[in-house]
Amino acid sequence: MNKEVKLGYLNINTSLYKTRLSEKFKNRKAYKPADPKIILSFIPGTVLDIFVEVGQEVRKGENLMILDAMKMQNKLKCPIDGKVKSIAVIKGAKVSKGTVLLELE
Amino acid sequence: MPVNKKIRELQEKREKVLLGGGEQAIEKQKAMGKRTARERIMSLLDENSFNEYDLFVEHDARDFDMDKKSLPSDGVVIGSGTVYGAPVAIFAQDFTVAGGSLGLMHSRKITKIMDHALKMRMPLIGINDSGGARIQEGVNSLAGYGEIFFRNTISSGVIPQISVILGPCAGGAVYSPALTDFVFVVDKISKMFITGPEVIKTVLGEEISMEDLGGARVHSEVTGNAHFFAMSEEECFDQIKKLITFIPWNNSKKALAFPPAEPKPEYNINKIVPEDPTLPYDVKDVIRAIVDNSDFFEIMELYAKNIVIGFGRMGGRTTGFVANQPMEMAGVLDVDSSDKAARFIRYCDAFNIPIITLVDLPGYLPGVDQEHAGVIRHGAKVLYAYSEATVPKLTVILRKAYGGGYIAMSSRHLRADFVFAWPSAEIAVMGPEGAANIIFRKEITSAKDPDAMRKQKVEEYKAKFANPYVAASRGYVDAVIEPSETRRFLMHSIEVSEHKSVPMPDKKHGLPPF
Repeated sequence: MNKEVKLGYLNINTSLYKTRLSEKFKNRKAYKPADPKIILSFIPGTVLDIFVEVGQEVRKGENLMILDAMKMQNKLKCPIDGKVKSIAVIKGAKVSKGTVLLELE
Repeated sequence: MPVNKKIRELQEKREKVLLGGGEQAIEKQKAMGKRTARERIMSLLDENSFNEYDLFVEHDARDFDMDKKSLPSDGVVIGSGTVYGAPVAIFAQDFTVAGGSLGLMHSRKITKIMDHALKMRMPLIGINDSGGARIQEGVNSLAGYGEIFFRNTISSGVIPQISVILGPCAGGAVYSPALTDFVFVVDKISKMFITGPEVIKTVLGEEISMEDLGGARVHSEVTGNAHFFAMSEEECFDQIKKLITFIPWNNSKKALAFPPAEPKPEYNINKIVPEDPTLPYDVKDVIRAIVDNSDFFEIMELYAKNIVIGFGRMGGRTTGFVANQPMEMAGVLDVDSSDKAARFIRYCDAFNIPIITLVDLPGYLPGVDQEHAGVIRHGAKVLYAYSEATVPKLTVILRKAYGGGYIAMSSRHLRADFVFAWPSAEIAVMGPEGAANIIFRKEITSAKDPDAMRKQKVEEYKAKFANPYVAASRGYVDAVIEPSETRRFLMHSIEVSEHKSVPMPDKKHGLPPF
């Protein structure tokens, strides 16, 4: 057996197994339920236009902004009725996938 | 003398073309630690066995001043030769000629040798070293890639297809290797990606090196796109040659038999597996204690290490091994290990290689990430691959075989031909702790001392069910054997399976979950 191996414990069905834990396992992210009040970029791209302002009342289905990605102008629609709490990006901003763009309340 | 003059003319023509992109380009190639296309072929094939074809092929592109450019052999070398006497068809892209870019004639040379390999039913080796499509040739270049992918697919499962990435292989070009059986990569030299670092920088503003995006290590450890990792081209070629000795020339043949040899005595099969089912060990030591010469040739050594796959020989015959690895992630099945095992099982089945499965797993890896990554669909691949395989399937249950993991790992129920279990085997619906907690929940919670009661019930369950004898009493296990009898039982099973024949219902093809 390799002596430099660092072992940890893995719990499967309440039994603890002594074993090496993979990097992928150690780096896995804890699950967070999606929050409809937080608008995230679903694809990496550039914010082309923003149609709303902080404090503005918005309705479900309303266009919030345009995210230019993969040669396509993607409309980001409002998922719920609410009010714009904050806008985290400016026109022209390059964003990666999962970036917070806007928050509703 | 006119004849001699003509011969000399041929020699001169050859010499000119054999220089590829010229001395400067060759120097550049060497500075990158790479060899030229023809040098690579020569060092891979048996001495003096290479016959080159289409040496004088040239492009006839006209746009963008291409008519003024001569590209020797159009940037790719094709031919056939032998590896340890086995016939192989081979192509190698020549990076010194227009960066190995793929134009119409370049692709026609590749598809010519692919057609040849399929017709002659011999293995195909492709050495990739190319900047990508030859932009000047436009859609002709795309057509060329498509023709290659089509042939990769049609040849799949008929002839072995081996891809060697010895330079860049980017954009659509990566799909040819992805469609082949085995992909070889070399540290610092191989680069594979769909969209390169520049595009990622433009679109995302994220900076990443080619190495970190799609280098040899990434594809060996993270993506699972590569099967063999080497530190140098020499080491890589040694791996390819060794692989060739294990596989048949085509799907109507068996791999060549070698003289049988006993395993080395230093692998004491009685002492490898600890009795406590929660303690780890290296399952490769068990394989080495079983196979000829203790020589186990591992595939995808660095990816999803919780399952081990590879070739060894039993009495001189090539055998595929699939084994849970308790040393890594307790040997669980998960998305990556299921994918890795399933593809290998199908490879063995396509090329008439018996499969030995060594079982010691606590089950599937729990977690939101696994469920959301589709462990249901990926895990199902293992069931599909084992059920569908008609080559001899032999199973040895070394220790734990719990729940769905028991079923998936080549159980009797998926038509394993022989199932053996060691006395240390625990074939049960789950581990004793989990099972006792569920079955005796009432007794435990209502006891005065629940911990003592739990302990007692766990022991009861262990004594009754954590063994191979319940499964043996139903005939799910054919024999409970001592570890030292394993090789003998397996060799005999392979012998009697020589003419195995299983009728399957007629169908065009099944629908494996991919």
